[in-house]
Amino acid sequence: MTLIHDRQSNPAAGDEDRPIGYGRIQRKEDPRFVRGKGHYLDDIVLPGMLHGAILRAPVAHAKLVSIDTTNALAHPKVVAVITGKDLLGLKLAWAPTLSADVQAVLVTDKVRFQGQEVAFVVAEDRYAARDALELIDVEYDVLPPLVDARKALDADAPVIRDEIEGRTDNRIFDWEMGDKAETDAVFASADVVVSQEVVYPRVHPAPMETCGAVADFDAVNGKLTLYETTQAPHAHRTLFAIVAGIPEHKIRIVSPDIGGGFGNKVGIYPGYILAVVGSIVSGRPVKWVEDRSENLMSTSFARDYIMQGEIAATRDGKILALRTHVLADHGAFNATAQPTKNPAGFFSIFTGSYDLLAAHCSVTGVYTNKAPGGVAYACSFRVTEAVYLVERMVDILARKLDMDPAELRLKNFIKPEQFPYANKTGWVYDSGNYEAAMRLSMQLAGYEDLRREQAEKRERGELMGIGVSFFTEVVGAGPRKHFDIVGLGMADGAELRVHPTGKAVVRISVQSQGQGHETTFAQIVAEELGIPPEDIDVVHGDTDQTPFGLGTYGSRSTPVSGGAVALVARKVREKAKLIAGAMLETRPEDLEWEKGRWFVKGDPSAGKTIAEIAMAAHGTMTLPEGVDGNLDAEVTYDPPNLTFPFGAYICVVDIDPGTGQVKVRRFIAVDDCGTRINPMIIEGQVHGGLTDGVGMALMEIIEFDADGNCLGGSFMDYLIPTAMEVPDWETGFTVTPSPHHPIGAKGIGESATVGSPPAIVNAVVDALAPFGVTHMDMPCTPARVWAAMQGRARPPI
Amino acid sequence: MQIPAPFDYVRATTVENALELLARYGPESRVVAGGHSLLPMMKLRLSRPEWLIDINDLYELDFILRDGNKLRVGALTRHTTLLESDEVAGLFPIVRDAERVIADPVVRNRGTIGGSLCQADPAEDLSTVCDVLGAEAVIRGPGGERILSMSEFHRGPYETAVGQDELLCEVRFGIRPRSGSAYEKVERRVGDWAVGAAGAAVTLTADGTVDDAAVGLTALGLDHPLAGAAAVLRGRHPDEELFAEAGRLAAEACNPVADQRGPVDYKRHLADELTQRVLRRACARAAQTQEG
Ligand SMILES: Cc1cc2nc3c(=O)[nH]c(=O)nc-3n(C[C@H](O)[C@H](O)[C@H](O)COP(=O)(O)OP(=O)(O)OC[C@H]3O[C@@H](n4cnc5c(N)ncnc54)[C@H](O)[C@@H]3O)c2cc1C
Repeated sequence: MTLIHDRQSNPAAGDEDRPIGYGRIQRKEDPRFVRGKGHYLDDIVLPGMLHGAILRAPVAHAKLVSIDTTNALAHPKVVAVITGKDLLGLKLAWAPTLSADVQAVLVTDKVRFQGQEVAFVVAEDRYAARDALELIDVEYDVLPPLVDARKALDADAPVIRDEIEGRTDNRIFDWEMGDKAETDAVFASADVVVSQEVVYPRVHPAPMETCGAVADFDAVNGKLTLYETTQAPHAHRTLFAIVAGIPEHKIRIVSPDIGGGFGNKVGIYPGYILAVVGSIVSGRPVKWVEDRSENLMSTSFARDYIMQGEIAATRDGKILALRTHVLADHGAFNATAQPTKNPAGFFSIFTGSYDLLAAHCSVTGVYTNKAPGGVAYACSFRVTEAVYLVERMVDILARKLDMDPAELRLKNFIKPEQFPYANKTGWVYDSGNYEAAMRLSMQLAGYEDLRREQAEKRERGELMGIGVSFFTEVVGAGPRKHFDIVGLGMADGAELRVHPTGKAVVRISVQSQGQGHETTFAQIVAEELGIPPEDIDVVHGDTDQTPFGLGTYGSRSTPVSGGAVALVARKVREKAKLIAGAMLETRPEDLEWEKGRWFVKGDPSAGKTIAEIAMAAHGTMTLPEGVDGNLDAEVTYDPPNLTFPFGAYICVVDIDPGTGQVKVRRFIAVDDCGTRINPMIIEGQVHGGLTDGVGMALMEIIEFDADGNCLGGSFMDYLIPTAMEVPDWETGFTVTPSPHHPIGAKGIGESATVGSPPAIVNAVVDALAPFGVTHMDMPCTPARVWAAMQGRARPPI
Repeated sequence: MQIPAPFDYVRATTVENALELLARYGPESRVVAGGHSLLPMMKLRLSRPEWLIDINDLYELDFILRDGNKLRVGALTRHTTLLESDEVAGLFPIVRDAERVIADPVVRNRGTIGGSLCQADPAEDLSTVCDVLGAEAVIRGPGGERILSMSEFHRGPYETAVGQDELLCEVRFGIRPRSGSAYEKVERRVGDWAVGAAGAAVTLTADGTVDDAAVGLTALGLDHPLAGAAAVLRGRHPDEELFAEAGRLAAEACNPVADQRGPVDYKRHLADELTQRVLRRACARAAQTQEG
């Protein structure tokens, strides 16, 4: 069910009836995608292009004894074989991660996870490159692996990062937030305290398009053109300049059409660097595209948090405090993309949507012999884990107090008048009306009727569950003072040019991986300038053509670049006002704006449209003082705060008591992302995130066996949901604009990914209440659900 | 893109031609039917044939034919064809039950019954279906044609009686009156292989007692139909108690292994639960045909 029906796209309508700004219009990028005319990385073919393939480690932990490349080099189509030793010579064997660590580009000393990069073959075609991998002889001396994060800090645990001087254990960091003493004091005197270990297992973003790069180094002019599957082209350019020592003006990063990112394409993978080295070494362009197994086994995973949660409340259901300790498995290198100063990102938003007296969290990060990463899957920088924890804990408390979980939430929400609300761990929520969203969700769901139906079914032994979750997201990093990626502040630029005939081009720094930027950003300009979105071209993804900015992840495009685009359009509008004043021989103060034109106050017939003004700005007229020509502008937007979208989700599941199979029957999602630019795109983002949530809740997990072998290396082993596993989504919305954002918009990209897993798991646990189950960890596979029914629920790791 | 090891490829034009090619290229050659088992293994380089003999032009092997009291199904019959055939569903509802949950439409459009049986993956659904229906396999080779029962055909996981130089050409099912059959599978997701599955075929006597019955399990460590099932069921009136007894028998006889799909105790439970379900449904269907 969809509630919003604002202006419908109607191409046949005249200009007046066509949506000029916000509204439900079809995506401008879709004609090329639905016709197969998208241009993805693997579509790039350059003259003389070679192909690279990576030899990967078959074991999780091993000393590298020797590599013999003789036979591979003898292959008639092989051009070069690059090993860690070669990279040591180039000082490229280790590259900085996005989290103040380093990662091996190719193994030099020892293998630290299965699938790690060992050698790179460059050959005339892809088949030869792949075949030649089998001709490389590598000798490994296998070491005992560290697989279980719970044992990472044991005295006898193998030390994974022994190349770091002085390192004797696997601890990456200990970090805490909130007032411990105050929190402990509240817990000590609380009527009710419940605790629960809550595990968010390792999952993978698994974008449809795997990662890849085409490097084209021009030795004559020293320029590197690097086509990459990246969500952050500008950040990559700067990092390549710093790491590879190529002057930044000689680097052009192009991110073509991207087939899904979900955080998987934020970091710089060894393959990208190897493609560059391959191009420099061979003097020819080199393409490297990983296959599905490589993507699943070696690129950035998500989650892997073992959270010990505790919640304190009064007997009548007033939540007082929360505390948690987390053991975070970061894999072999700490490669989380981290915009905050905290090694656990936004995790401290785990106080959720509730007004608490106190809260404290601590996180210990450890190394294990697993693939590095930790940004990904809607890389909300650990909000996903935080929301899951608090929403499970609140449900467990509800059960303990014998209260309805929706009622318990309603009783504890931060009230509308409390915004801006400073939570106990240092975040200032911009705006919210939680109760309204919750009540709407309950109304759409028919909550009372569902509870009645559930009671009747329980009488008959049928297992039906109703799960509630309420989330507050924290997105749009961020004020440059507090948020950076390796020192690069997170403000975004935007440039807008209005051509003489009134058509425009807006250049932005963020890159779309499916979010519909070419439509949304055109609509923002359209709303501000009053010209149709079709007349506005959005340019993105090419560092030579766009202003600097930090990229698309953490739902930051609309909160940051969206603000930049609105402001740059307003700047153009103000410039247009000056020119219109000169054209109409009126003082600018006497002009009034209506969408698309400036007119003389009190005389609407005397006015100039943006197109007329644009022509004049490029014409021969004497321009007013302060206007040097053209109708262009640029801005950099440094957001004053993050934005805090929220939502109320209700999930209904049915469980087969004989087999433990879970069927998601209904899912009601009420989202509030402030001002809604294109409701259709918003719903698309929500649908995708909800589907993702079903995957994580019911089936997704990257598991390892005791030897550190990855058990999720294909789509037969790593399951992602299909249309068959999801119900018809029922979406609704409320609108609580962000008070500080230029157009009041908040991010929506990850809300549903964050909010849906707890709703689904809460529903499953609710269904299993007759068996005395109060908690079970994801994924809720048939076997795990059945085990829970037998009273044997076990954590997955 | 996952890249297989180098191989050569040839398209067979007739069954005779396919047999010639198999003889010519020898042990390093493999026939490819739908390719949905063979090609994934080649891409992972777990299978490295030097020659692929494509039998997709052998339309003579793509048929469903009623021949007296037999239903004859060509080895190249696609899953989709089996799924959509009302004739098959009417005679052997277990086939449609199973086909609905085999892989996804993309795989079903290409994958064949012959490939499924020859692959003999322990989680192959059609193996169980053919087992409980008491099907026969028609195999051709240099020495001519031979007809094997399913118990002769199946030699264990990934192993069948089909020789390297032979082709499975046809599967034959005996049609019996007053019969019903059913299949049920538990999977983690649509398109996944079975965590566990069970199939049953039942024939009733005129008075409604069980005349004959077969129960088979998929992915639960039972290569052949449940021994003793017929003995337990025969002559009894189908009721919950009987189903429960058969379920217990299945749970005892199965020999599942723990893997990512589930632990042994769960799979054993599935053997019991699913056996009861398919028997219940097969008996109800048999009773219906009796009335109808
Ligand atoms: C994603 C996915 C999910 C799947 N899920 C399921 C599932 O849930 N249940 C299930 O049962 N199956 C499943 N399958 C397997 C699918 O049913 C295959 O199509 C089937 O197993 C093999 O049939 P094929 O025609 O594709 O055989 P091929 O892959 O072409 O061949 C398989 C083997 O049989 C041999 N062969 C083929 N035809 C003959 C013949 N006529 N004579 C002699 N040898 C022959 C080949 O040489 C090869 O060794 C799945 C497959 C995929 C890719």
